[in-house]
Amino acid sequence: MQHAQKAAHFIADEARTDWHDEALWFVRHKRDLAANSIPEWESLRECASQIKDHTLSNLANYLEQFEANARANGVHVHWAADGAEHNQIVWDILRRHQVKRLVKSKSMLTEECGLNDFLEQQGVEVTDTDLGERIIQLRDEPPSHIVLPAIHLKKEEVGALFHEKLHTEKGVSDPKYLTEAARGHLRARFIAAEAALTGVNFGIAETGGVVVCTNEGNADMGIHLASLQIHSMGLEKLIPRQADLGVFTRLLARSGTGQPVTVYTSHHHRPKPGGEMHIILVDNGRSAHLGRKDFRNGLKCIRCGACMNTCPIYRRSGGHSYGVLIPGPIGSILSPGFDLAKNSDLPFASTLCGSCSDVCPVKIDIHQQLYKWRQIVAQEGELPPVKKWGMAAAGNILASSRRYTFFGKAARIALDKLPRFLVYNSLNTWGKRRELPQAPRESFSEWYQKNKGGKRV
Amino acid sequence: MSKESILAAIRRNQPEARPLPDPPVFNRPGVDVLAHFCQMVHTVGGNVLYARDLESADTLFTHYYPLEKSIASTCPDYPGTVDWAAIAHPLDLETVDLAIVSARLGVAENGAVWVTEADCGHRVLPFIAQHLLIVLDMHQIVPDMHTAYQSIRIDETGFGAFIAGPSKTADIEQALVIGAQGARSLTVLLR
Repeated sequence: MQHAQKAAHFIADEARTDWHDEALWFVRHKRDLAANSIPEWESLRECASQIKDHTLSNLANYLEQFEANARANGVHVHWAADGAEHNQIVWDILRRHQVKRLVKSKSMLTEECGLNDFLEQQGVEVTDTDLGERIIQLRDEPPSHIVLPAIHLKKEEVGALFHEKLHTEKGVSDPKYLTEAARGHLRARFIAAEAALTGVNFGIAETGGVVVCTNEGNADMGIHLASLQIHSMGLEKLIPRQADLGVFTRLLARSGTGQPVTVYTSHHHRPKPGGEMHIILVDNGRSAHLGRKDFRNGLKCIRCGACMNTCPIYRRSGGHSYGVLIPGPIGSILSPGFDLAKNSDLPFASTLCGSCSDVCPVKIDIHQQLYKWRQIVAQEGELPPVKKWGMAAAGNILASSRRYTFFGKAARIALDKLPRFLVYNSLNTWGKRRELPQAPRESFSEWYQKNKGGKRV
Repeated sequence: MSKESILAAIRRNQPEARPLPDPPVFNRPGVDVLAHFCQMVHTVGGNVLYARDLESADTLFTHYYPLEKSIASTCPDYPGTVDWAAIAHPLDLETVDLAIVSARLGVAENGAVWVTEADCGHRVLPFIAQHLLIVLDMHQIVPDMHTAYQSIRIDETGFGAFIAGPSKTADIEQALVIGAQGARSLTVLLR
């Protein structure tokens, strides 16, 4: 199903749409307060953008430097071309250690690779330990947002879920009570787990270490209690130097949730005494995306989610309507690169207002890329028939002043004289849920001729 | 191993060289870093105490932590109840009510403190304890994250973390709840 159809389903519940819209706008507002409290905000964004540009232009060397330094730290480094290879590497490590229970901390990359399903097929019990991720795991659905995975759910729904799965009191939906119940439930999982796996926010070439940012402390609970730790890292997470963390840690949480910094910014460089540490570098389409000149900027993304919180389409259609793992504006420019035919509608899930580009902490030209993808979608013949023929007809009319004058007049008369059912029907999507404007009696050209007596323009 | 093919694809596709900017430096004349730090610790949900306001180490426990029985400390000035010699495995720390560790550095702009494994007894201590007390020299506060990263070496120890306030979540309807998986409270003791 296309984004527009799923969005139509989402907005059918008007009160819930308003609630979703406001919840995200609240986060966007907190982001504004945090950004405005830093006088040098704009120069930080520019600096972050330049660091990422530089890193992408020298990525192969930095990856080699990262690997060499990590190995010198006693860390095992693996390379995975795609999701399947990543999953196999994880399984090989777990099998060697006879791991039956794995705790995971939030990682969009492992979602991308389909790790949970794969490991469960091998008989490993996988527990997502971020509260939002655990909620959606128990509901057996994908995240609807990259930072706020359960933002689409109401507390009553979480209360009912926890009553069923964690045996909390029936009908109780106080977030404090539910969080406390999850704390107890997850502590037992942390204690029982033989291995922990996390995503990575930043890999540092200079030191060969990884940085993981969380608010709940779940990543640290998992990693430090299990003797085996695995970090799955997309190639684009690399930054050159320790000093660069100063720039990115200042931008990440302020952009994402409006916090001055995440509660825990954890730096992992060497395994714990008697423990083992692995880093898996995952490509899965990233090296190919690097070759798309107009779109490679998307690889600068630090996954803060600010573009989702600000997007008028995302806020009113929900993350699940995009049908891809990473929804919203950033997902709409990354997904067509992975599968154009499947995701050809996503570049159109935008008003091109540009708010996403304005809030992006690494200055990705998101709305311009959306526009460029639309052109590629059209060139590749992936436009749906209505858009395809509609655009062809519009092009034909706009190319000729005589046809433009004729159809302009016809439209003015039609809007004025035709009965409602002929204007407001399923063929005219512009008439859905909105009144069309009252047509002016005459065109500007007619008015000019009459009032200025000039030549026909 | 896909290493060679991945690197070859990247070398084929990466754009021409772009310059790496110098790490930025922002001068903040007239900023009272201590006052700013204390304000930000409160903003992120933590508390601040001054050692000079405590009559003795005992006052700390009797007045501020009267109910906490199991106390694991790595600060000789504030000895706890947990015998480190008896801790064979990190899981043995699961019942700790209060952890006391010292931090090397505080950051004024966000109330974060830099804690390394060298100060924790075990890496998991600041996360598994129900409550966390951080002991910090008030002269070791820097204005921002840029100066913080200039002042430390992140790979000096195998593990180190900036910790800003107690564990928290807003995953249920954006309602802020303190005490998600980690410490339920965080207090910075300045001396």
